[in-house]
Amino acid sequence: MFISKPGAVLDGGLSARLSGAVKRIATTAAVATLCLATAAGVQAKTLKMAYDADPVSLDPHEQLSGGTLQLSHMVFDPLVRWTKELTFEPRLATKWARVDDKTMRFTLRQGVTFQSGNPLTAEDVAWTFKRLQISPDFKGIFDPFVGVTVVDDHTFDLVTKEPFPLVLHAATYIFPMDSKFYTGTDENGQPKDALVKHGNTYASTHASGTGPFIVTAREQGVRIDFKRFDGYWDKASKGNVTDIVFTPIKESPTRVAALLSGDVDFIAPVPPTDLDRIDKNAGTDLVTMGGTRIITFQMNQERVAAFKDKRVRQAIVYAVNNEGIVQKIMKGFATPAGQQGPKGYAGYKENLKPRFDLAKAKALMKEAGYEKGFSITMMAPNNRYVNDAKIAEAVASMLARINIKVDLKTMPKAQYWPKFDERAADMMMIGWHSDTEDSANFSEFLTMTPNKDTGKGQYNSGNYSNAKVDELVEKSLSMTDPAARAAVLQEVEQILYDDAAFVPLHWQNLAWAAKKGVHIKDVVNVMNFPYLGDLVID
Amino acid sequence: MESGPIDHLIFLGKRLLQATLVMFVISLIGFSIQDNLGDPLRELLGQSVSEAERQALRDQMGLNDPFLVQYGRFLSKAVQGDLGDSYFFKRPALDVIADKFIATLELVIGATLIIVFISVPMGCYCAIKPNGWISRAVMGISIVGISIPVFLTAIFCIYLFSVELGWMPSFGRGETTAPFGWESGFFNVDGLVHLVLPSISLASIMLPLFIRLIRSEMMEVLESEYIRFAWAKGLNKYRVWFLHALKNTLLPVITVGGVQIGTMLAYTILTETVFQWPGMGFLFLEAVNRVDTPLIIAYIIVVGLIFVVTNTVVDVIYTLVNPTVRIAGKAS
Repeated sequence: MFISKPGAVLDGGLSARLSGAVKRIATTAAVATLCLATAAGVQAKTLKMAYDADPVSLDPHEQLSGGTLQLSHMVFDPLVRWTKELTFEPRLATKWARVDDKTMRFTLRQGVTFQSGNPLTAEDVAWTFKRLQISPDFKGIFDPFVGVTVVDDHTFDLVTKEPFPLVLHAATYIFPMDSKFYTGTDENGQPKDALVKHGNTYASTHASGTGPFIVTAREQGVRIDFKRFDGYWDKASKGNVTDIVFTPIKESPTRVAALLSGDVDFIAPVPPTDLDRIDKNAGTDLVTMGGTRIITFQMNQERVAAFKDKRVRQAIVYAVNNEGIVQKIMKGFATPAGQQGPKGYAGYKENLKPRFDLAKAKALMKEAGYEKGFSITMMAPNNRYVNDAKIAEAVASMLARINIKVDLKTMPKAQYWPKFDERAADMMMIGWHSDTEDSANFSEFLTMTPNKDTGKGQYNSGNYSNAKVDELVEKSLSMTDPAARAAVLQEVEQILYDDAAFVPLHWQNLAWAAKKGVHIKDVVNVMNFPYLGDLVID
Repeated sequence: MESGPIDHLIFLGKRLLQATLVMFVISLIGFSIQDNLGDPLRELLGQSVSEAERQALRDQMGLNDPFLVQYGRFLSKAVQGDLGDSYFFKRPALDVIADKFIATLELVIGATLIIVFISVPMGCYCAIKPNGWISRAVMGISIVGISIPVFLTAIFCIYLFSVELGWMPSFGRGETTAPFGWESGFFNVDGLVHLVLPSISLASIMLPLFIRLIRSEMMEVLESEYIRFAWAKGLNKYRVWFLHALKNTLLPVITVGGVQIGTMLAYTILTETVFQWPGMGFLFLEAVNRVDTPLIIAYIIVVGLIFVVTNTVVDVIYTLVNPTVRIAGKAS
């Protein structure tokens, strides 16, 4: 198999051997591409791209993270994918229709082959789905499902336990894997489909998907080389990138310098401090977009009795000038929030605006009997979200104006998460991105009553609890009528707003930058996995 | 006064015992700080994974066992040369470090060459002509150089030479080839060009120190009796400066240099991070960020070992080379 050779060497260990092999393969690939290019009369286009980190593994089911999904969209293809407007676009599934409340029937695209040469069939989908159901990271998304029923080679049903509104949302996570390629045992005697978090598995160093790019060489943490898959099914795609060299560059200033000096063509993320510079630079283009990750503070009602009083929570929300934070600290590179889900999500309610009003905040504190204020502790990470520590400092000083004295501690994320799990401070920062791009997901993790058995409210460090919210969110999870469901989710946002369940800050924006002539604007999206197969370079 | 080969063997044996003890303490400290580094599972698992799943994985990885059980398991494997597998690289931590070691070594060699070839002539010049304006300028600049943090120098270099002038690549190690069996950037132009800026940045911390050290040592030597005697003999001035004076200047400089190699290793962490240089230092910083505990501990042990070995070797050589250094424990 074409990829087993680099894979075998990757397992071997020594860098000398590895890099030697990298070179050989890269050369072979280059020669092959060159021949092909000459034959077809097209020019080879290489995209050099730099992200802040490289994907942990080639196994698409090992970790649910931005890096993995980015890679999945390059090497694999989903059944359906999101468009820029947050609608669904057919990919490997060409058609779908509900058969009944619990069943959705999909038609698989004809004539699609994997990079290994095996044809794609419904069996591969079923095989992939079973693997998703045992992946610690992905099983949560697929919990509402019973499984895949194969009807024929190119037809299958997705069956859910209860009526479920987010079947297509979940289908964006189904990237069919080449079941034949991953069947059998590797040279260590391990099954090729083994899914291990921290072990050396076949799937973590070998890949065969239906996607536009083949991994030709990979040195973890240093670079990944891709070349375009000749047999890629999407001939209609305008994408003309033939090779990709992916390099992680951790430090933001270095990443920006690499773009400005022309060493790379495409970078992300772009630090807020350099947005202006890249935008004004003649040779580069900047693309920005409102993001979907909400940044909030939670107020722990179990640790602080005063937080049980709705008026105190409201006073805190009124006292926090989140529009000011966006302007001053985020340099305008965020969207101030008054609710959990951003615009475009089902539960978004236009009237729930940021509500900074210091006079009102003071009045509410007085009404609640806390005119003199009280002291609390606060914790925030300092390397997880954009400007997280500075935001926490700003919030702490804003609370001082309503006489709440804040003892703030910030720390690296590695230390922060265990503290968060312990609920170690009275106010804690948490950012959340909905894996399903759906409003209910925010509530399930952040604002539903914490419940160890169901796993709901896992990140609700405020212990906010409202039976009505729990009931409505649960109800929304089995409503298949989009309009009625949106109304329910909007009601949830309204209750959370009125209750001041948490302190909404902002949705982080996204930014990408590229050399002029690299048309990233057409392929980036709010999920932050650019569809590089469709990328056009002049 | 003569110490025989037996004494040397006893001395060596004692030093080896001490070194083993030091390594044991390093491993214990390295292992015991891991609980304060954070939770490795956070980096292994997605955010929405349930608490039950986390606990299951923790059990599977043995992270819930008591400290002594974990340390015992670690130690019994460590004596067989197995320091565990990196969570991120999914390979033995020692293999990962060995892979990155060459890149760091290149950087250290590059910086050392710069330091040697600049600090020696400059230090000598400043000693010979202490009042010249060039000497004053060098001394002034070296004060500034010593006080600028290495990452600032690095970022300044990138912006000047890569972004503004476009002369140098901005990051990475470039092409590597292996004509003599080990993969390195030393054997081709692209690799060497990539080495320039990181080496300069890394050298920038030590360079002022060495210029000053050589200058003061040389000035002292130039005042000594035997140099006056050389002048009186009417020897050629270059012979006096660069043969007689420089030779004796370099002895203490080499001693300091040996110790500073350790400091340099520490500074590679910063330099490598800024330049995305795929070496040990960057690896370590990333491991800390990812809470890749086996890799962190392995790095601490490897670096500890480098220090211990260098020091032991230096001590042993001293007793052989310099007869005035008495072997401890032997009555004179």
